[in-house]
Amino acid sequence: MSVYDSLDSITEELHKCMKCGNCMAVCPIYKETRQEVGVARGKISLAEYILSGEIEMTKGMGNRFSLCTTCMACNTNCPCGVRFDKIILAARAESVRKKGLQPVKKIAFTALKMQRVFDFGMKAGSIFQGVALKNIPNRHSKLARMRVDVGIGKEKVFPMLSKKTLRSEFPQVITVKNPKMRVGFFTGCMINYFYTDIGRAVIEVLTENDIEVVIPKFQACCGIPASVNGDVASARTLAKRNLRAFERMGADALVVACSSGGTAWKHVFGELLENDHELKALADKWAKKSYDISEFLIHQVPFKKEGLGRVARKVTYHEPCHLNRGQGISKEPREILKSIPGVELIEMKEPGRCCGMAGSFSLVHPDLSGQISDRKTADIQTTNTDTVATGCPACRLQLQSGVENAGFDEEVLHTVQILAESYRVGKGELKRSK
Amino acid sequence: MLAREVLEELVRVLGRENVLTEQEDLLTYAYDATAAMKHHKPDVVVAPLSTEQVADVVKIALRYHVPIYTRGSGTNLSGGTIPIEGGIVLSMLNLNKILEVDQDNLTATVQPGVIIQALNDEAAKHGLLYPPDPGTVTTATMGGSVSECSGGLRGLKYGVTKHYIMGLQLVLANGEVIRWGGKTVKNVTGYDLVALFTGAEGTLGIITEIIVKLIPAPEARKSILAVFDDVDKAGRAIAAIIRNKVIPATLEILDNVTIQTVENFVHAGLPMDAEAVLLCEVDGYKEVVVREAVLVERILKEEGAVQVKIAKDDKERDLLWLARRSALPALAQKRPTTVLEDATVPRSKIPDMLKAIRSIATKHNLQIATFGHAGDGNLHPTILTDERDLEEMKRVHLAVDEIFETALALGGTLSGEHGIGIAKMKYLDREFGEAGVAALRRIKESLDPNYLLNPGKIVRRD
Ligand SMILES: Cc1cc2nc3c(=O)[nH]c(=O)nc-3n(C[C@H](O)[C@H](O)[C@H](O)COP(=O)(O)OP(=O)(O)OC[C@H]3O[C@@H](n4cnc5c(N)ncnc54)[C@H](O)[C@@H]3O)c2cc1C
Ligand code: SF4
Ligand code: SF4
Repeated sequence: MSVYDSLDSITEELHKCMKCGNCMAVCPIYKETRQEVGVARGKISLAEYILSGEIEMTKGMGNRFSLCTTCMACNTNCPCGVRFDKIILAARAESVRKKGLQPVKKIAFTALKMQRVFDFGMKAGSIFQGVALKNIPNRHSKLARMRVDVGIGKEKVFPMLSKKTLRSEFPQVITVKNPKMRVGFFTGCMINYFYTDIGRAVIEVLTENDIEVVIPKFQACCGIPASVNGDVASARTLAKRNLRAFERMGADALVVACSSGGTAWKHVFGELLENDHELKALADKWAKKSYDISEFLIHQVPFKKEGLGRVARKVTYHEPCHLNRGQGISKEPREILKSIPGVELIEMKEPGRCCGMAGSFSLVHPDLSGQISDRKTADIQTTNTDTVATGCPACRLQLQSGVENAGFDEEVLHTVQILAESYRVGKGELKRSK
Repeated sequence: MLAREVLEELVRVLGRENVLTEQEDLLTYAYDATAAMKHHKPDVVVAPLSTEQVADVVKIALRYHVPIYTRGSGTNLSGGTIPIEGGIVLSMLNLNKILEVDQDNLTATVQPGVIIQALNDEAAKHGLLYPPDPGTVTTATMGGSVSECSGGLRGLKYGVTKHYIMGLQLVLANGEVIRWGGKTVKNVTGYDLVALFTGAEGTLGIITEIIVKLIPAPEARKSILAVFDDVDKAGRAIAAIIRNKVIPATLEILDNVTIQTVENFVHAGLPMDAEAVLLCEVDGYKEVVVREAVLVERILKEEGAVQVKIAKDDKERDLLWLARRSALPALAQKRPTTVLEDATVPRSKIPDMLKAIRSIATKHNLQIATFGHAGDGNLHPTILTDERDLEEMKRVHLAVDEIFETALALGGTLSGEHGIGIAKMKYLDREFGEAGVAALRRIKESLDPNYLLNPGKIVRRD
């Protein structure tokens, strides 16, 4: 029985919790609110009361279960090995079954589910951007930004939608001369629509390493925004579509450059499709050959060091929760950064602490998300670096927003972008004048 | 249920955002870290921002006869924060400022909601240390640990919380605010209320400010691990170390059941058939530490340790401590319910206590692992069980009774550091006798005649 189908599935997980409160030491939400319901122990208790029949699932309960960035910090700090990530998914799914989705989320997910609508919405969004949002030029990425007033007196800085989506920019198969393997690239929504520069860097680095890249046209959203918020039906539809799209094109391996995508392919698709014999087998097959780009470059390729040009950057690295704790990938990005000539890696305080983005969490709880982000921004600022590298476009958005609101000079990039930059410098295509 | 006026007055004093009334929130204040204890939902949770607001809350509670349950982080192990009579849970977590670190007087002044580790981080910036270090340093509050008089790993050399509390600001049960003690090392003015309120578990007053003593952080430390094939030998080794005038900062013991569980869990390299492991850390000036470490090593060998290891660097030190740090997690993952006791005996009785616990476990057919602070006689017999298994829980309660009996018979005490709360209330007369319990009650009633503060804890109302 999967966590997506029934609250009973987590009975044993709940019983493991001894209420020691160790999770309080690391929970980003609790740090801000100092209310018991913010921390894992509080939400675990609520789930227990529901299961024991002491209280019914209420709308208010659903709101309390929304108080979690799913950063998994509590998992790691729990002496009893409680998998709170499973508990929160099950509790949210139960809440949606009993009480429906919260209105803010409903709008986001129905759109996500239907890609055509999404694409259209994105196009319509370009017009909307012009009207509702100020463009602020930024000397770094030369990307215009849109600023959205999220009702907390502070604006959230979004990157502008790309003129062209990543997937329309490239053919489905990008060939190289003597391919040593064929790799499928799951772009994910943020890279496809917003941060196409990350996608281009992935393709650049892969082809530079003699790898043929396949970008199936019919791939969809990873479905994580839906599944973590309890919209299991939407998540299942998306999982199926993705599996079929990649199976049709075939590949030796699959890479992603965002932490949700990696989590989806490695774990979630299989869990969602547990009761579907045929698709479950397919999900397991692809799970085995799915890799985060940094993991892939270090362990599978390994990426070539000759030809790396000098990139003079002082870099600090922010760990995406679902890359670090979710997939155990933490050394790899640092290894890549350290192998680039000219890059100086300076660690920030608590690089693994959540940035507070957590997808729709930042829409539902903009104030909390902002407070969590402020701590991260302050930690970044004290490193006196000029670049923050990270491994996930969602984190990039949050970090960029934080840095710009704080008004200091720091470029926010995906690790793979710095590697691509180094190859480019190596080929003499680009000279950094720093 | 509370009268509507009570809520209205609370909101007027504290503001809407600091008064929680929805059951989804209230239910999360119905428990603490105590195992197998019935939970109870409060009627309202308030989180004041100042001493004045705390006093106002007390006055409102007094006027309407509503009990107040003061709460820090809710990590205590004796049911100390469970609001068994409903009423108000008073969360101290918003009072979380470190007001001062005074390097000349070696003191710090903090609000009660400060987390112990936060104080230590601040003290460390000045090369200072606040020694009390319960297992919950990163989560427990100063107010909670003062109220439980928490111990920790460093008790043997550095003492426990009460040895570091110099002054308190208190809100009394009548709503008045008093200050007692201060920054002076010497102070004999009046009764020692600072001592009385330290360990009072929130039953006599509410702590709103704390002045603590800090000490210079030791310059160096060294860890030594010794494996024994016999509990008595380990016991004699503990005595021998102390007899040789070495007072380690920490002297911990793990029994055979703990060793096996830990070894299966983390593979720390302990022999599975070892009867006991001692972990010792000496600290102080570099030269002294080296001398003491060598001496401790020699004593351990002389007393018949089958294996002795000294950590050469921090990495090796962490490896030695891995076993101790993993004790509770490893045990906790074996069964869903972990009943952690803290009966304490004079340190010379440690081997007797360990053997008694072993036979209690056999008698009641229970899994009991014991580890703890051998140097100060404070053991943690840990019963691994499942609270859903009612028959087994009956045996657990019998075993707990017998553990207390044994500790008292050996000249020990019911609780070394976790407090009485609800959990050990019924055993008090065994330690104090009826007259002792009555004296306790008279103290309670003279300071809190209406049983407004944490009623149902420590002192039974008849
Ligand atoms: C895994 C684990 C390990 C532990 N290890 C140790 C250990 O090694 N040594 C040890 O001694 N304890 C240990 N404990 C017990 C516990 O952590 C300590 O007693 C801790 O100091 C309690 O702090 P708290 O902030 O959680 O207090 P709470 O649990 O919130 O409160 C404890 C008591 O203090 C009262 N109180 C709280 N704040 C105030 C205030 N401002 N004014 C008046 N009364 C107040 C409460 O009413 C209650 O009676 C452990 C607990 C756990 C779960
Ligand atoms: S740390 Fe784990 S066992 Fe402890 S309260 Fe949190 S979830 Fe429960
Ligand atoms: S996953 Fe993160 S935000 Fe959610 S309860 Fe755990 S620590 Fe808190």
